[in-house]
Amino acid sequence: MSARPSFRDALERLEAIVRELESNDVDLDRALALFEEGVGQLQVARALLDEGEQKVRRVLAQADGTLGTRDLDV
Amino acid sequence: MGGLSLFDGIAPTDGAWSVLQVTQRARQLIEAGFDRLWVRGEVTGFKKYQSGHWYFSLRDRQAQVRCVMWRLDAQRLRTPPDEGMEVFAEARPTVWEEKGELRLTVKQLIPTTADGSWQARLEQARAALERDGLLDPARRRSLPRFARRVGVVTSTDGAALRDIVSVARRRWPAVELLVVPARVQGDTAEAELCAALALVNRLDVDLVIVGRGGGSREDLWAFNSERVARALAAVRVPTISAVGHETDVSLTDLVADFRAATPSAAAEAAVPDREPVRAQVNALARRMARGLTARVELGGQRLDRTGDRLGAGAAARLGRGRARLDALAAALQALSPMRVLARGFALARDEDGRLLRRTDQFAPGARFRLTVADGDVPARVEKR
Repeated sequence: MSARPSFRDALERLEAIVRELESNDVDLDRALALFEEGVGQLQVARALLDEGEQKVRRVLAQADGTLGTRDLDV
Repeated sequence: MGGLSLFDGIAPTDGAWSVLQVTQRARQLIEAGFDRLWVRGEVTGFKKYQSGHWYFSLRDRQAQVRCVMWRLDAQRLRTPPDEGMEVFAEARPTVWEEKGELRLTVKQLIPTTADGSWQARLEQARAALERDGLLDPARRRSLPRFARRVGVVTSTDGAALRDIVSVARRRWPAVELLVVPARVQGDTAEAELCAALALVNRLDVDLVIVGRGGGSREDLWAFNSERVARALAAVRVPTISAVGHETDVSLTDLVADFRAATPSAAAEAAVPDREPVRAQVNALARRMARGLTARVELGGQRLDRTGDRLGAGAAARLGRGRARLDALAAALQALSPMRVLARGFALARDEDGRLLRRTDQFAPGARFRLTVADGDVPARVEKR
């Protein structure tokens, strides 16, 4: 049961990248690296924003005490 | 109890106690020996004084005791009790020193009719939760802005779950809902809600909603159970209580980090609306592009001014930087297609998100996605 990537992490990182890019003392190599990373974070953020299919699952306690899930139609 | 230390300073010199000393000592012992308690009895000899204080006795078949209810507590009740009415009184025993009389200081008075005993049980449970600090507003945690997974404790066949799912789907479809079913009314509701709330603690969720749709006071009873309230307080992540009622507040409402009036309102508090968030992300993308462009232009100007002295190494470095920038600008364009797409163009991408630029990238029958101005469309290649 792994969760989708964290939107909060992507957004916070993007904000930090923009702040650093907008400061005057960032050198060109660093700026390019930041931009590259920012494009990756944008991809993550936009993929989550564009997510079309919502997951709804029902949690079931199994006989051995572990937990399972099953898709739930609501 | 400190034993003799209580008499330090008031012990008489001739070996005899004054009457006041006895009644004072009795008062200290009585007050130290009792917590606040609930007493059941009939009201008799009720008298309301000019001052607003009420005086009466409580009696049952075996005994009676004098009571006082101070103005501030009395005025919270709409009407004084009728003579002979059976009540639950929340009270602290004390001794009226001047009269040497045992007396109850009454804080709360509730009739023992069906309605009243229900209220009395609720009051007792509320007081117990308060004693343990579970109603302290300082305990309340703030809700996460972007919950990835939300645990939902409710019945799977009620309207509450449908409302939560549809609101969450509209606002933030990326959220995953993990439903832990529990009956929300009937004899088993209390135990099932407690078990479900214990179970959500084993899930990797950011937030928990517990609730049900509206109903009569009896229907909502399980949400006034002290056990359920304690189970909710023990949930490790922030909680939202959503019990569909307008006037009453349930115990789960008091214990939860956030009280929502309805299950729909709970879903609105649980996840953000994605459109303003999308605008925020788009604004960041624009600032990022502007920030980089400004940085590169600044580098270019410096190079022009001091080009000779910087030499070939720096020029090559900047040249490499520009090539990288061109590649990135193309990537950004693909990511931020709104302006181009708004003119009627579409982007085709394979299932891994790679742009499809040539006809030979479209195998017959292959699935791909078309991105147009307002979103994505799933597509498939026809036989050519």
